[in-house]
Amino acid sequence: MTQSAGSGALIFRGRTASPGFARGPLVRADQAQVGCRKPGSCQEEERALRRALAATNGQISALASAIGGDAAEILEFQLALLEDESLLEPIFAAIAGGTPADKAWSQCLAEQITDYRARPDEYLQARCVDVTDLRDRVLAALNGGASGLGRVPASAVVCAEDLPPSRFLEIDWSAGGGLALLQGSPTSHVAMLARARGVPMIVQLGEVPDNEATALLDGGQATLELDPSASRIADFEDRREAHARDSATARILLAGPPVAWRGETVQLYINIQGLADLSHPDAHYADGIGLMRTEFLFDDPAGLPDEETQFRVYETVLRWAGDRPVTIRTVDAGGDKPIRGFTEDGEANPFLGVRGLRLCLKHPEIFAVQLRALGRAAVQGKLKVMFPMVTVPAEFAAACDLFHRVVDDLRAARLPAALPELGIMVEVPAAALTIEAFPAAFFSIGSNDLAQYVTACDRTNGALGALIDPLNPGVLELIRRTAHHGTRHGISVSLCGDMAGDPRCAAALLNCGLREFSMSPPSLARVKQAIAALSSEGSGD
Amino acid sequence: MDKKQAVLKSKLMPDSLNSAEDIAKGSVQLLHAVGMHARPAVKLTKLAKRFESQIAMRVAGAVDWIDPKSVTKVMAMRAARDSIIEFEARGADAQAAVAALVRLVAQDFPDTSR
Repeated sequence: MTQSAGSGALIFRGRTASPGFARGPLVRADQAQVGCRKPGSCQEEERALRRALAATNGQISALASAIGGDAAEILEFQLALLEDESLLEPIFAAIAGGTPADKAWSQCLAEQITDYRARPDEYLQARCVDVTDLRDRVLAALNGGASGLGRVPASAVVCAEDLPPSRFLEIDWSAGGGLALLQGSPTSHVAMLARARGVPMIVQLGEVPDNEATALLDGGQATLELDPSASRIADFEDRREAHARDSATARILLAGPPVAWRGETVQLYINIQGLADLSHPDAHYADGIGLMRTEFLFDDPAGLPDEETQFRVYETVLRWAGDRPVTIRTVDAGGDKPIRGFTEDGEANPFLGVRGLRLCLKHPEIFAVQLRALGRAAVQGKLKVMFPMVTVPAEFAAACDLFHRVVDDLRAARLPAALPELGIMVEVPAAALTIEAFPAAFFSIGSNDLAQYVTACDRTNGALGALIDPLNPGVLELIRRTAHHGTRHGISVSLCGDMAGDPRCAAALLNCGLREFSMSPPSLARVKQAIAALSSEGSGD
Repeated sequence: MDKKQAVLKSKLMPDSLNSAEDIAKGSVQLLHAVGMHARPAVKLTKLAKRFESQIAMRVAGAVDWIDPKSVTKVMAMRAARDSIIEFEARGADAQAAVAALVRLVAQDFPDTSR
């Protein structure tokens, strides 16, 4: 439920990294710029760097022993880097060759940072924050300063491009407060720390104005509201209070029997975008995986993933799920997810460009590798495969044909393979409006893109946050059509966009006829609770 | 080197190898759910540094051997889950080093390794 337009407040949306509520002044906490220093002789430069490394080692060790536990383990990675001879050797060699200490250090660390950023999985990409932090700490020490970062007032909503764990740990969160990152990732170390310590956190907000406004941060909804009116603040506080009361009950309910709506069991699935998501403590309560994204496999700068790499990942997920269904989406590249060597360059409007299945059909040789891996994995469990960004039935037919041929080839080569159930994502309005024309085994509504295309709002543009409302009656009408088509013909229809994980959308979705919801693991408990409450009220108009 | 050690060594190594050095080899499957990430890598480097032998490791089949005493190199190795890791050590405590490293990986980097 987005606030009504015109109240003057600014609402920004990102991705949830840690649920919870924070209200306080918005404080920017980006790293200070490093000043100039006068380089000395080679010997002086070498000594300066050794002193700076030792000072940084001292800072981080002190932080680690003060904190202990999980957080200390994170800092140990930085300490290990500081003591890594093969990392330091070329730096000291450059200094001996006349390069100033700060330059030699930055250049070498920049290579490391670039390398981590280019890694295929989000977890390794997140390590570039740790390395960046290390670079800045040593540079600050070289410049004679302490860590040189300003103090953050209590209960502040801290805003930064990204934040290293060591910086997170230096902030006193005991009086509340939250974290709003313009970039960042829900699987970064700092996100793990925020969840473990109950600090609400949002990532990937894009752009937020740099002023000292009062901020309301709702981690679970991934919204950041600036300059709120008194009534918006009162509303926020009501939500915060209700949330605290409900959290404890929700966890108990999650472990209990399934919920039903009007006598029909409601299935709750999880969305995953990497194997790490399966280790969330609530993940095993899910009825299956409703959406496994596969883009992370295709993000390796070394090249596209081979069949074996993909097969092993799919097999691992199917093994985890046991007899529960697993829906894997074929690679959805393009739009805001470019992949080097695969997606089109220089499209004027990539969201309306050659993306999703359009791109895969353009490169059948790349697509076939994924289909081969999926066909082989299909014998390992209850696999369903869906295609993204389908507009017309001919595209679905072409994808099915290719899949049939791939499975025939595998069998001809005497490899165990099966054709999984094949379905489509419903996210293009034309597909939702002509849903009867698609002979799919199941449908999965991608409400984020559907809302983007129905409301004509770029979903990466924070300024349109109020307008791109998934509860827009136009969006709901298309969801209802799709769900009703499924009910009438006994075809499974689920919804895997962000609104499935938003308890406030549950009533509207149930009333549209939807009985299968797929969401990120942390949302399971609240959504199940919301459905149980609606069910016992017997409401639904 | 006393006689006893020399006898022991001759059982472990082919004659053609340099008798001044002990050489050990071992391999193990990486079970860790997310592959060779920061925490396992730190544990591995810490353990490797406790031995004075020269140690090398690689993902089976890879061209380059890397130094397991460098966390940067271990992370750059990009060992995925289920890959086979090979170790090779040369030096006085080579056998112990390989045995300890193989055990660390086989036991999936237990927290009590210290």
